Amino acid sequence: MAQVEVRGISKHFGEVRAVDHVDIATAEGEFLVLLGPSGCGKTTLLRMIAGIETPTSGDILIGGQVVNNLPPRARKIAMVFQSYALYPHMTVFRNIAFPLKAQGFPREEIPTKVEWAASTFGIEKLLHRKPRELSGGERQRVALARAVVREPSVFLLDEPLSNLDAKLRTSARDELQQFQRRIGTTTIYVTHDQVEAMGLGDRIVVMKGGKVRQIGTPQEVYNEPSDTFVAGFLGSPPMNLLEREDYIAGFRPEKFLPVSVYDTGEPLVKLWLVVHRVEHLGADRLLYGIMRDTFPNEKVIVNIPSTVDLKIKTGEAQEFAVKEKDIKFFDRSTGLRIEPRRFWGTR
Amino acid sequence: MGGIRKIAARGGLYTVVTIFAFFGAFPFYWMVIATFKTDHDLFSPLNNPFLFNEPATLDHLKLLLFETHFLTYLWNTFLVGAAVVVITLAMAVPAAYSLARWAGSWGEALGIGIFLTYLVPPTILFIPLSRFASQMGLQESLWSLILIYPTFTIPFCTWLLMGFFKTVPKDIEEQAMVDGLSRLGAMVRVVLPLSISGLLTIVVFAFTLTMHEFIYALTFISVSVKKTVSIGVPTELVRGDVFQWGPLMAGALIASIPVAVVYTFFLDRFIAGFTMGAIK
Amino acid sequence: MATAEERPVQAGIRDRAELLAKLMIVPAIAYIVAMIGFPFLMAIFYSVSDATTGDPTLRIIGFQNYAAILSDPVFRLALKNTFFFAFVSQALVIVFSRILAASLMQEFRGKWLARFLVMLPWTAPIALGTIGWLWILDSIFSPIDWILRNAGLLGTPGALLGPETNMYWLGRSGLAMASVIFVHVWRLLPLATVIQLAGLSSIPRDLLESAEIDGAAGWRRAVEITIPLTLPIIGIAFLFGLIFTFTDMAVVYVLTRGGPVHSTQVLSTWTFFKGIQGGDLAQGAAISLFLFPVLAGVATLMLRLARRTEVV
Repeated sequence: MAQVEVRGISKHFGEVRAVDHVDIATAEGEFLVLLGPSGCGKTTLLRMIAGIETPTSGDILIGGQVVNNLPPRARKIAMVFQSYALYPHMTVFRNIAFPLKAQGFPREEIPTKVEWAASTFGIEKLLHRKPRELSGGERQRVALARAVVREPSVFLLDEPLSNLDAKLRTSARDELQQFQRRIGTTTIYVTHDQVEAMGLGDRIVVMKGGKVRQIGTPQEVYNEPSDTFVAGFLGSPPMNLLEREDYIAGFRPEKFLPVSVYDTGEPLVKLWLVVHRVEHLGADRLLYGIMRDTFPNEKVIVNIPSTVDLKIKTGEAQEFAVKEKDIKFFDRSTGLRIEPRRFWGTR
Repeated sequence: MGGIRKIAARGGLYTVVTIFAFFGAFPFYWMVIATFKTDHDLFSPLNNPFLFNEPATLDHLKLLLFETHFLTYLWNTFLVGAAVVVITLAMAVPAAYSLARWAGSWGEALGIGIFLTYLVPPTILFIPLSRFASQMGLQESLWSLILIYPTFTIPFCTWLLMGFFKTVPKDIEEQAMVDGLSRLGAMVRVVLPLSISGLLTIVVFAFTLTMHEFIYALTFISVSVKKTVSIGVPTELVRGDVFQWGPLMAGALIASIPVAVVYTFFLDRFIAGFTMGAIK
Repeated sequence: MATAEERPVQAGIRDRAELLAKLMIVPAIAYIVAMIGFPFLMAIFYSVSDATTGDPTLRIIGFQNYAAILSDPVFRLALKNTFFFAFVSQALVIVFSRILAASLMQEFRGKWLARFLVMLPWTAPIALGTIGWLWILDSIFSPIDWILRNAGLLGTPGALLGPETNMYWLGRSGLAMASVIFVHVWRLLPLATVIQLAGLSSIPRDLLESAEIDGAAGWRRAVEITIPLTLPIIGIAFLFGLIFTFTDMAVVYVLTRGGPVHSTQVLSTWTFFKGIQGGDLAQGAAISLFLFPVLAGVATLMLRLARRTEVV
């Protein structure tokens, strides 16, 4: 097991700064998720850690040792690509055995190791098949088995679930996490899917434009976003961001509910909302509306759980409220989080 | 109505194809006839040339195989072909890989540049090359052909292989590197096995192109026992200035058909490379 | 337990992509420079010198060789013939290959055999295939003449093609030229056909289907859809054919050796006779280089067309 650390790492492709001065350190055995929209530099960062891409500047440390000049095979890492990159001309057995052979592992021990790795992912029956004869889920397991077979000190996973259909993805997510908990190998996982990131990560690194925007536990990045990008990127529907003259105020759609729902003495901020449209999503209701009196140009989304059984009329102003502590404030020009202040516009 | 039109269209199709097939194959059919006809039958202007007016004979074949250098020509052709294949593979595989994978924008330009050298005709090069060959003492030596034939196999095969290598996903190579191979190892142990059909194509083309070659062989080789089939047959099977038509036709036939069969299997790939990827 | 840990791995040459990239391409480039680039420059050099096979010393004599070959009527005839043969044969090839390709696009029984036979002129060695024609066009035993004689068109007094018993296909200048063109068409038709086939099959099916729904069929469809769409590819086939006929020497060499009386002489054969057999390297080089600007132009045009098809 090993820690992974990157220090001041950058990667420029010509004029483009794919990764721009990033510092990250994993804890021992941590499941760290790199999250961001496509082109944010997360995959490039992962590839630099793997040794496939050479950093323009900065250091990469694995297990406390600088590995900048080591080729991928010397880094004791395993990587699962988005495409799974199974060797199409080899059977599943030979695919899984490949890293062992490539490293000169004693020949007679290979079958035992392969069978162990295959049984970990329940694919013992597929060993004689070729990759093209496998389903998407089976391929993913083969790729994982190939990654664990030589017991690497770090796992690097590049969107390994994105080629699975939605149903399979949920169960695969669960298996992946259980497996990681069991073997306790430091794992760096790249995804653009915030649900995956929230569900899997011990910590999430939110990236944009080659820079780290926030590092924190799923709760931290969700509840205490460090800037408007993180606030908007995580959560579906995203945080409502209301622009004022000197700041931006944000609150989550599920924290903004009809006044009648609240019964505590907590300080509330009440706002009148005209609902234009209601979407029934089963577990939730989404309301789209505007605050006619206070913020006439801003659209607001409200997420009411189906447990709240309240009649909502469209086209009429109704009073909604958000707890004062659930409002986050951001600087208008930089988008960065600022100290809580009095929410202007309360009546 | 519709039925008649359909039959007419079908008939038209078969007619067109038959005419063209006949047009393409007629000289070879004519070779078959001449190969097995007796000289007397062959050289009687009044005999129907399309029929065997006298019983068929194997005399021409016997003469060709046992009394001429035909088998030597075949052997020479094989030697030259095999050597050219080896040289071509040794040079084109690394070059194509390098261009396909590591070279950025200049790789594409360089690749096109290399391909264009394929279009520099032998008729321009053979004069200086003949002088080089004589200065190096390679006149009348198969080595001159072995050295020169890669001038057309390397550019073409490099270009063709480049296309093959580009179809191997980069991920797989990177995976191999993560799995414990060096950059070179990933190429040798993963990319090459995956490009096996491409490599086979190269082998076939390098070989058939050398079999087809005429100008260089004509320029550099005039000693009978050193000739390859494509010049040996047309220049040697003449007695005085009289063509020995029977053996000549037999030789042309035997040497062309196997090449043609093999070539046909790979023709589509040849064309794909030829048209510079304009056609997928 | 894992052996990898015991083996310290260092990045070596085999890991250095940029170095490997250069090392791997150097042999091929070096070969091409040495065996194509250098001889090419030497050809240019010879063409302004007085090089001959016998005399190893060279003197630069400027453009005398070019002046000499230009004033040579055989050269001028060969130049004219080269263009004439190439353009006429390729014009025919394009038309025929288009018809043949359209036929081969359809499914029918025995297609593989038809394809094999149709491709024979290209897949068999050219010199050997041409020998077949040499025998077919023989001055006495030509089967064509036999058919003509038996049809009463030849060999009797008052026959349409004359009272002589033979046509002497390769012995009369007009017929010899026609024969050379014919064999060039025969040789290059397969190549053009395959290129056109690939072009036709690259047209999206739904496009053809929607054209059919719109009521366009047969000729109309060909003129309005398939031909315009495949025009760049037809162009590529034509230009390749041009290059091949411009530079081919086997057909003329085997059939006529440029005769009778230079009537089928082309630049490639004239280069050979003058430069190799005649030993006048300097004039030979000058003759061979004459066509190079044309070839370069054709190649450039071809690249442009190829680019354009890629975009489509």
